[in-house]
Amino acid sequence: MTTADDTRLAMQGTIEALTTGDGSEPVVVNLGPQHPSTHGVFRLKVTLDGEIVQDAEMRIGYLHRSMEKLAEERTYTQNIPFTDRIDYLAAMSNNLAYCLAAEELLGVEVPPRANAIRVMFAELQRVASHAMANGTFINDCGAWHTPLFHMFRDRERVLDMFEMTCGARLTTNYMRIGGVAFDLPDELLPTLEQFLADMPENIANYEALLLENEILHARARGIGVISPEMAINSSLSGPVLRATGVPWDLRKANPYCGYEDYEFDVPVGEQGDCFDRFLVRMAEVKESLRILRQVVDNLPDGPWLADVPLHARPEPGESYARVESPRGELGFYLVSDGGPAPYRFHCRPPSLINLSALKEMSIGGTLADAIVTLGSIDIVVGEIDR
Amino acid sequence: MTDPAGLVSVLGSTLGAWYDFRDLNNLQRLITEWIADWGPDWLASIIAGVLGTLGILGVIGPTLLILIWVERKVIARFQQRYGPNRVGPKGLLQPVADAVKLILKEQLAPRAADKLIFFLPPVLIFVPGVLIWGVLPFGPRMSVADLNVGVLFLLAVSGTTVLVIFMAGWSSNNKYALFGAMRAVAMSISYEVPMVLALLTLVVFSGTMSINGIVQWQQQEDVIFILLFPLSAIAFFFAASAELNRTPADISEAESEIVAGYHTEYSGMRFGLFYAVELGNTLVVSAFIATFFLGGWWLWGLDQWVPSWIILLVKTGAVYFLLIWTRGTLPRLRVDQLMGFCWKALVPATLLFVVVAFVERTLLISEGWDTTVALPVMAVINIALTLGAIVLFARVSRPAPLRRPARIRMAGAQIGGLRAARQVASRTEEPQLQVGGD
Repeated sequence: MTTADDTRLAMQGTIEALTTGDGSEPVVVNLGPQHPSTHGVFRLKVTLDGEIVQDAEMRIGYLHRSMEKLAEERTYTQNIPFTDRIDYLAAMSNNLAYCLAAEELLGVEVPPRANAIRVMFAELQRVASHAMANGTFINDCGAWHTPLFHMFRDRERVLDMFEMTCGARLTTNYMRIGGVAFDLPDELLPTLEQFLADMPENIANYEALLLENEILHARARGIGVISPEMAINSSLSGPVLRATGVPWDLRKANPYCGYEDYEFDVPVGEQGDCFDRFLVRMAEVKESLRILRQVVDNLPDGPWLADVPLHARPEPGESYARVESPRGELGFYLVSDGGPAPYRFHCRPPSLINLSALKEMSIGGTLADAIVTLGSIDIVVGEIDR
Repeated sequence: MTDPAGLVSVLGSTLGAWYDFRDLNNLQRLITEWIADWGPDWLASIIAGVLGTLGILGVIGPTLLILIWVERKVIARFQQRYGPNRVGPKGLLQPVADAVKLILKEQLAPRAADKLIFFLPPVLIFVPGVLIWGVLPFGPRMSVADLNVGVLFLLAVSGTTVLVIFMAGWSSNNKYALFGAMRAVAMSISYEVPMVLALLTLVVFSGTMSINGIVQWQQQEDVIFILLFPLSAIAFFFAASAELNRTPADISEAESEIVAGYHTEYSGMRFGLFYAVELGNTLVVSAFIATFFLGGWWLWGLDQWVPSWIILLVKTGAVYFLLIWTRGTLPRLRVDQLMGFCWKALVPATLLFVVVAFVERTLLISEGWDTTVALPVMAVINIALTLGAIVLFARVSRPAPLRRPARIRMAGAQIGGLRAARQVASRTEEPQLQVGGD
């Protein structure tokens, strides 16, 4: 086929559309797998009438690494690094959920200091992850990276603390079955104190910059709306669910690691639109800081790791543990056949299930609204494809 | 026929003037006058044009390289990072390194692109980009062409850019490019209107279409137009930034939506040319905003002491910084919101001020008022009108979802599903966070 033929074929559709019928036909546009706004290799195939989205089709699997199958070949302890790479923006929460499931299977009692450290790092992870989520959300609204970089400043400090404690910044591999790998280093608590002292001012700055921004309101209010009923029926969780007004948070509903001892509140939105999701995340960061304050003040002494054999062989059985990750309900389902490796290793990723509502949210809006909605759901493709 | 001594004598007789750095145009003027002495008129015109173009290109080229650095550094400061600091002192040579990289890169073209129309736009887009500099007055006598219809020329030339953009977007045979081009055309056509109306205010009030004439009017009356017609200045600023595809109006190359818009398929130096012209246009628009609304090369007598082009450069820099500032701070508007803002807000407001300018101008002439008294009074009235128009627009035009505030409540003891949600929603105490709304 010659180049001229290519050109003719490519133009034919457009010319037909201009010369026949009402002069219009829908255009199919692929957003991704390589596209600036899809936060990874995720492909959104939208059918557009002008700028209006008529249909949206999600294509996933570009980052599939077969983790659930690989995990069946490795011992329970060896599987912890996999969980880092499932949701690489919230590795601590993933470590935690997996370790809780394994502990339930093995019947391990976790020392109190380990529980406090786990809560501390899970909440620090939430601060870091929400900084990323809100920053990229504003970016998807078209801001030229400025809020993103300001929020990354906080995230960097959290990652520095991770590095201080376990040597890694993203793929932390810090939690262990029965506790955490290392005790807190001496310099961590002063750094954390400084962080807690600085954060209120930083958050006030973001709020001054963003909350009353008329353009942000125009772009995010009333966009990507989902009703509480629909959200529950789609099993959404996390900030996406809470933005619709449903007060569902596993830290309150099904406490783990001693969350019942800490005083914090669950922020919920009203409209279930993109802006409410953004606000809920902003409010959750403040609640996380409240929890961190209490953890630091009441940090118990003692061992940080229970005595668990490295090649533990649990009794045949199954277990499911779930935590409130920054993106929603993160669950791990483990089945043991009595061997050293899990017979089945399954992850309930919040991103995948939250993403399933994207079609519902974006049809009828414009292309730009679909991008903003996608940004407000806060997906991590590593978690969707696993 | 002349002899070389002719040139020497012409130069010698005016030696006191040609190196006067307050007016860099003298040399060109001398050469053309000397040619006009012995040669035909058309030759002098052509030589004058060539010299002017060379002068402009010679100034713009290095300025652009510095401006890329300035913009990246300033944006970096907004974003709490260093910006370029590796190549050359303080990273000053980074734009040069970028340019070398772009030149060395392979120039790709999609197989199904319309080849001729695909190759032309990066070159064509330079033409209006350079032409537009020709009517910019750098000083009282310092412009390549001081046209008596300079304002018309400016609008006509700047309007042709959109044709080139559409050529680029259409010929790329890429949906992102086509979307970008469509958006650019729609936006350019819309935003020309408030731009024209904003300038019409000045033309009506000053009674001249010459750009230098508008500056001289401001000099004579001792007032800058931003004080007299602030709304026209704001409208012109926003319309210009929309024409330039800068945030909050960069929809035709919105990165998060349509990758790079109309120049998605251009690689290497072809992209570089688009980028350079865009930056050059930003600079020239800043210069024109400074000229029309901030008094151009004139600054309350300071132009007697400081070269006029330095004054213009400083004002241009101030406007340019404002453009960088908005770009670094604001999110982007949606296409329909941008169009709505143009047709529902900017066009009526600028139209109102055209009428105001007519009335005030007529009163000024027919009543024979003393301008030293009348102009400040009019300025106060117009500033009040501007504030009123902005407040009225903000009140009237807000769409329904923005009229009620966004609220964040704390769930407290209610944890659960729909019933808990209703309980939380029905609680009467103040919500934790409440933003927006009327």
